[in-house]
Amino acid sequence: MSGKTSEQKIKFYQKGTFTVGNRLVDEARRSVQGSMERSNAITSGHRACQGCGEALGARYALDAAMRATGGQIIAVNATGCLEVFTTPYPETSWQVPWLHSLFGNAAAVASGVAAAMRVKGREQVRVVAQGGDGGTTDIGFGCLSGMFERNDDVLYICYDNEAYMNTGVQRSSATPPTARTATTPAAGPKPGNVFGTGKNLPLIAMAHNIPYVATASVAHLHDLERKVEKAMAIRGARYIHVFVPCPLGWGSASHDTIRLARLASECGLFPLFEAEHGEITGSIAIRRKVPVEDYLKPQKRFAHLFKDGDGIERIARLQRMADANIKRFDLQRDAKEAPL
Amino acid sequence: MLEQIEGSHAVAKAIALSRPEVICAYPITPQTHIVERCAELIRVGAIRNCEFINVESEFAALSVAIGSSAAGARTYTATASQGLLFMAEAVYNAAGLGLPIVMTIGNRAIGAPINIWNDHSDSMALRDAGWIQLHAETNQEAADLHIQAFKLAERLSAPVMVCMDGFILTHAYERVEIPTQDQVDAFLPPYRPRQILDPSDPYSIGAMVGPEAFMEVRYLAHDKLLQALGVIPEIQKEFEDIFGRDSGGLFHSYRMEDAKTVVVTMGSLAGTVKDLVDDLHKDGARIGVISLCSYRPFPLDGLRYALRGASKVIVLEKSLAPGFGGVLASDVRMALQGVDTHVHTVIAGLGGRPITRKSLARMFARAERGELKDPHFLDLDLDIVRREIDNQRGQITAGPIAENILREIGPCTPKAV
Repeated sequence: MSGKTSEQKIKFYQKGTFTVGNRLVDEARRSVQGSMERSNAITSGHRACQGCGEALGARYALDAAMRATGGQIIAVNATGCLEVFTTPYPETSWQVPWLHSLFGNAAAVASGVAAAMRVKGREQVRVVAQGGDGGTTDIGFGCLSGMFERNDDVLYICYDNEAYMNTGVQRSSATPPTARTATTPAAGPKPGNVFGTGKNLPLIAMAHNIPYVATASVAHLHDLERKVEKAMAIRGARYIHVFVPCPLGWGSASHDTIRLARLASECGLFPLFEAEHGEITGSIAIRRKVPVEDYLKPQKRFAHLFKDGDGIERIARLQRMADANIKRFDLQRDAKEAPL
Repeated sequence: MLEQIEGSHAVAKAIALSRPEVICAYPITPQTHIVERCAELIRVGAIRNCEFINVESEFAALSVAIGSSAAGARTYTATASQGLLFMAEAVYNAAGLGLPIVMTIGNRAIGAPINIWNDHSDSMALRDAGWIQLHAETNQEAADLHIQAFKLAERLSAPVMVCMDGFILTHAYERVEIPTQDQVDAFLPPYRPRQILDPSDPYSIGAMVGPEAFMEVRYLAHDKLLQALGVIPEIQKEFEDIFGRDSGGLFHSYRMEDAKTVVVTMGSLAGTVKDLVDDLHKDGARIGVISLCSYRPFPLDGLRYALRGASKVIVLEKSLAPGFGGVLASDVRMALQGVDTHVHTVIAGLGGRPITRKSLARMFARAERGELKDPHFLDLDLDIVRREIDNQRGQITAGPIAENILREIGPCTPKAV
């Protein structure tokens, strides 16, 4: 595997971060959000919490999809935070046509919209379905897998904040081991979510041999935009899994959303990669590897790991998971290969 | 053209003539022949410009339909029994969103115990989901109702279920007059959606509505179905003008002039009852029949008027509300509120139990003599029931009821009645 997405030789990082300043990259590669003429899929005034990773991820993703299609998109939404905070009746934040049906059927509804566009001869209108991790990896999984295997012309974006946040932070199949949620309390001899459970949806999506699968993060917004634009240039079923910290559910500071998202990738727990037709085609190399503690410590959901000596073995186990990712996706290769 | 044709295939032809744009299919007995034939009609070019989508569940079938209908495509699907229950959440959702989807129900029992044969438990379970529910008496009416259903759904922007008895209609070969495309085109205009997902005029569909407006939204759903009470007869008339046939409407009346006893029923059972009533009239009985076509909306006023001369009403239904009694019977009693007419509940044909003229005649005679208990279960084998009740009373670990009964009656064919 090599970093085929590598384009820029010299990096200009903003101070104290690994974010490339918008004004320092050439115009063609500047963020959608940096443009005066930027699209605006989700307008301000919605009811998301301060520091909401999902609101940020959805805005960047949908704006990029709008730019890639000349505004010719229809959005479908699963029930969840994004649906609730963008449409408090009678208001709506959506500047694109938007349909919410149920919690578990966003992928199927999107398939229906795509079918209607095909039959109406309006295939220039593209469909983006969205859901949280619960709506995607759990209750919506059947419909999602069906949409994948039929290779319907839908981009499905999962905003993964690793639990059911809208209902008050319950465990989902995307919740990491040891994380405290309302249904995996930090109590007893094995506090938090248990090891050896959960599913890796990007890999499952790849197993469907669909044209495009990617993971992305709100810490790498240029990369997220690029992946969405790439996905919109492809026909068929596509899947992007975006890592979106949730200050409320994770017990983290609102101003730490981007930092935590970056640490999740830099420690190896959330690898950033892309795949076409079931084969991995690229990944973002870790620039400066950090121990998992750096990522875990600022979050109250992992506080029990640091309370006394008990957490050491569990932290080590999480570190082994991160190291396995680093090996599997070759994340510690030469930094020269690292893409933007 | 008059054809000797299987009910499911007649319905598929009616769907084809209605120019559907999206058909979602998931197999479940006894509706499967309909979507199979639709698939074939698309492949051979008899249905043009239509997307046929093989989905992975009934929940997905109706969810795909929700998407395609909201995006402006005329959409059809079909299901039955467990399938209808599996999509229940989407059934309510499609109605709440006001999407004019047409769906066939090949009426079938619901398990456990699993049973593939006909009764009305499935559509009855979803009777309050906000869909219009029409019941076909014959295969001709089943075919005709589908063509009417698209017009009705699109005029009101509400989804319509066309219910037809599983096997009894879906698998029966009958003579059916299949309309011409010109006739259907004259009757059914292209779909013009009330709401549509369009990037040139973006709006949000399916927003969250709180206590400040939810009551009003729900009232309007009720009002829409009440409007259907007026629109259904209008469409019945428009249909008759073009096709020269009386099909559909709120209900059918048979030999109701001077009827003292009236049998109220739904679906294919009406045919058996009418034949029997003809015989009984020869002996001077004054029995009439009302077969409901529109179960939702329920024609309370129309029924009350039609039953004004009756002194006894026998509601013959293929559904059971355990712990309560009859489902249809309770609706009929609602129509007769304040009227001193005796209403009998007769539950018959559950899970495909044959309903014979002989059993019906015996039951009518008992009703005349005032010997019918309420509710009455037609042809229920009370010996088996009592023995199993005793068995369950006698021991905590008595085992599963259905399997005990099967063991008792042995590996024979169903008892002749």
